[in-house]
Amino acid sequence: MSSAYENVVEVRNLCKYFPIKAGLFGRVVGHVHAVENVSFSIKRGTTMGLVGESGCGKTTIGKTLLNLTPKTSGEVIFNGDTHLDMLKGKSLRDFRPKIQIIFQDPYSSLSPRLPVGEIIGEAVREHNLVPESEFDAYISRIMKACGLFDYQKDRYPHEFSGGQRQRICIARAIALNPDFIVCDEPVSALDVSIQAQIINLLEDLQKQFNLTYLFISHDLSVVQHISDTVGVMYLGNMVEYADKAEIFANPLHPYTQALFSAIPVPDPTVKMNRIILEGSIPSPANPPSGCKFHTRCRKCQAVCSQKAPRTMDMGNGHTVACHIYDPESGYENA
Amino acid sequence: MSKKSNETSYISARESRRISRENQKVIRKLDKRLSRKRVPESEYVTQMHDKNNVVEFDNLHTYFFTDVGTVKAVDGVTFNVPVGKTVGIVGESGCGKSVTSLSLMQLVQRPTGQIVEGEIRLNLGDKAFDVAKMPIEAMQKVRGNVVSMIFQEPMTSLNPVFRIGYQLDEVISLHTPEMSPEAVKARSIEAIKMVGIADAEGIYNRYPHELSGGMRQRIVIAMALACNPRLIIADEPTTALDVTIQAQILELLRNLKNEINASIMLITHDLGVIAEMADYVVVMYAGRVVEKGLANEVFLDPRHPYTIGLMQSKPVINKMVDRLYSIPGSVPNPVNMPDYCYFRDRCEQCVERCQGLYPPEIRVTDTHIVSCWKYYKEGGAE
Ligand SMILES: Nc1ncnc2c1ncn2[C@@H]1O[C@H](COP(=O)(O)OP(=O)(O)OP(=O)(O)O)[C@@H](O)[C@H]1O
Ligand SMILES: Nc1ncnc2c1ncn2[C@@H]1O[C@H](COP(=O)(O)OP(=O)(O)OP(=O)(O)O)[C@@H](O)[C@H]1O
Ligand code: SF4
Ligand SMILES: [Mg+2]
Ligand SMILES: [Mg+2]
Repeated sequence: MSSAYENVVEVRNLCKYFPIKAGLFGRVVGHVHAVENVSFSIKRGTTMGLVGESGCGKTTIGKTLLNLTPKTSGEVIFNGDTHLDMLKGKSLRDFRPKIQIIFQDPYSSLSPRLPVGEIIGEAVREHNLVPESEFDAYISRIMKACGLFDYQKDRYPHEFSGGQRQRICIARAIALNPDFIVCDEPVSALDVSIQAQIINLLEDLQKQFNLTYLFISHDLSVVQHISDTVGVMYLGNMVEYADKAEIFANPLHPYTQALFSAIPVPDPTVKMNRIILEGSIPSPANPPSGCKFHTRCRKCQAVCSQKAPRTMDMGNGHTVACHIYDPESGYENA
Repeated sequence: MSKKSNETSYISARESRRISRENQKVIRKLDKRLSRKRVPESEYVTQMHDKNNVVEFDNLHTYFFTDVGTVKAVDGVTFNVPVGKTVGIVGESGCGKSVTSLSLMQLVQRPTGQIVEGEIRLNLGDKAFDVAKMPIEAMQKVRGNVVSMIFQEPMTSLNPVFRIGYQLDEVISLHTPEMSPEAVKARSIEAIKMVGIADAEGIYNRYPHELSGGMRQRIVIAMALACNPRLIIADEPTTALDVTIQAQILELLRNLKNEINASIMLITHDLGVIAEMADYVVVMYAGRVVEKGLANEVFLDPRHPYTIGLMQSKPVINKMVDRLYSIPGSVPNPVNMPDYCYFRDRCEQCVERCQGLYPPEIRVTDTHIVSCWKYYKEGGAE
């Protein structure tokens, strides 16, 4: 990748709908609006954290970015001009290793029939990234960096614990020497000490190679540590986006506020002051009218169920999609 | 040390064949005992040491007999789970937390994985069984009814080719065979709603791959709770979930626990979750328990250097650091455990005695126990 462009990736009005099929013949009876009209960009060498309710479309964003699932509409542009879905043949093969994903569920993304050394090295070999004579040493080095050992090379995935499998996935991605990595819950299966080790590793690699990350996680303290910017999603929409320091100091969207208030603290004597979200998460196949959050929002007013909020720029790149902050919405601020 | 023994862990083909042959012998003997049919109950009936415990792990050893040697995944684990209480288990990734709980369910991967020593006393109310001695046949009746497990990776307990509803129905009708199919379906849908999923009927008809990671995890939780078990083993139940749903699920577990006086064995890396949920905390390292005690004791007064390191590693919200602390070094090779303290080579607080054997259990208070030489007093230990 040439580094002429400041933004490694730019996402414009990305939509992804999954068809819902029913009956014997798989008739399409509706669509899951997994990602709806999402736009953001990530600067080279930075990390964007992506948080939000389970099922709100984070993994789907990651997968559509890499064209692992085709998008429904919108644009994903790498380096200012590369559209992954238009690349073919050799140019696609050359570009592929540059963007990697670390999957959320290590169990289903590792081939059970290959020993670990092969899993990590398979694509390295395929793309001829290191000469055959250095191959073994290279794989050993990568494994060591990810907290794995040489003697584990010939073992199979089922012989590893959950956290060890996650490290295999990380090693596999890093081995390809990528520019951009989508990290989908990369450390949530790891104990905090190894978690710290992997985060430090990701940060070191970032500094060293000017890597760019999209970091999806439910652990907000980790997101706060590693990110430069943070996007908050709810039911397919990006409801708030800002610099890390700004969003943690001054969360604006009622969902973000509820989310941040629910972070558990490692101290049994602390009593939490949670904003409990009422009701269950609406189905993305049949999202609520107006603001999708209105069924659970503490600050909901009549207008909220009638029209969808616009995304407002509150200055310094802090954007929020909520009627409270839109003077023309008709929301009555007390 | 770990470095050295790792490098010398290379095994020749001949050596490997020899190990393999010896393994076969051991495995065959152990596995035969497990597969026996119609074994009289008297063989595995036992007495709880304390009637107020639902499970007592007593010096449990679970090994994997692999071709490169014996992996001592659980190497002498002792702790109790009292009735109606939550015990949180934390520890290094790969230290044997999942294998400990799988041993209790007799779901350790056979035939390579076997319980080789120790007892797991399971309290059934009117009697108690030693799970370590139970044949598979008898264990099947206990699984699900008395103990149910929420697995770390949801796809291990969901079958990708069946719809969610079918799989839930199956669990429920297995547990209550007298229920009509309609009633079973209603119960399944209720279970899906209970874990906070909207559109329960839609989800009932979907396949596992059509759900997000967190939704799958909640389905697995719904399955485990559907049968009102006495003991729930929850292996990383909420790591795939955002904090608001996590709060909801934890609340659900807590309510259920109070309603039917169930106990929970909660395995998680999230010290925040442990702090919130657990009455007792067990800290494991390399297949052994290094510290255990009341949650307050372990959190406010951690003693073992590993526990202390763990507490330091956790990023805390709104406390910014440049670089996260991480315990230096790594766990020893489980095939090649040293005879001294397993943590010694990473420990920053070594004392002279650490050069000696593995440390004994040392009582800090009546409930707080730590295995570390630092706290050893002449004549004062145990
Ligand atoms: N292949 C598919 N077919 C149908 N629906 C799908 C498919 N993949 C995902 N979905 C739906 O799209 C929505 C978003 O899923 P996604 O996996 O992106 O969520 P997520 O934000 O990653 O959640 P989590 O934090 O739980 O992993 C969910 O409602 C899910 O059910
Ligand atoms: N089938 C197997 N064959 C050989 N070794 C195994 C097998 N299953 C587990 N192990 C080993 O046993 C040890 C304990 O694994 P276990 O799954 O209990 O770890 P854990 O504490 O649950 O870790 P995590 O937090 O990462 O899930 C690990 O070192 C692992 O490599
Ligand atoms: S638009 Fe209305 S319902 Fe939506 S978050 Fe803002 S206040 Fe709440
Ligand atoms: Mg996901
Ligand atoms: Mg585990």
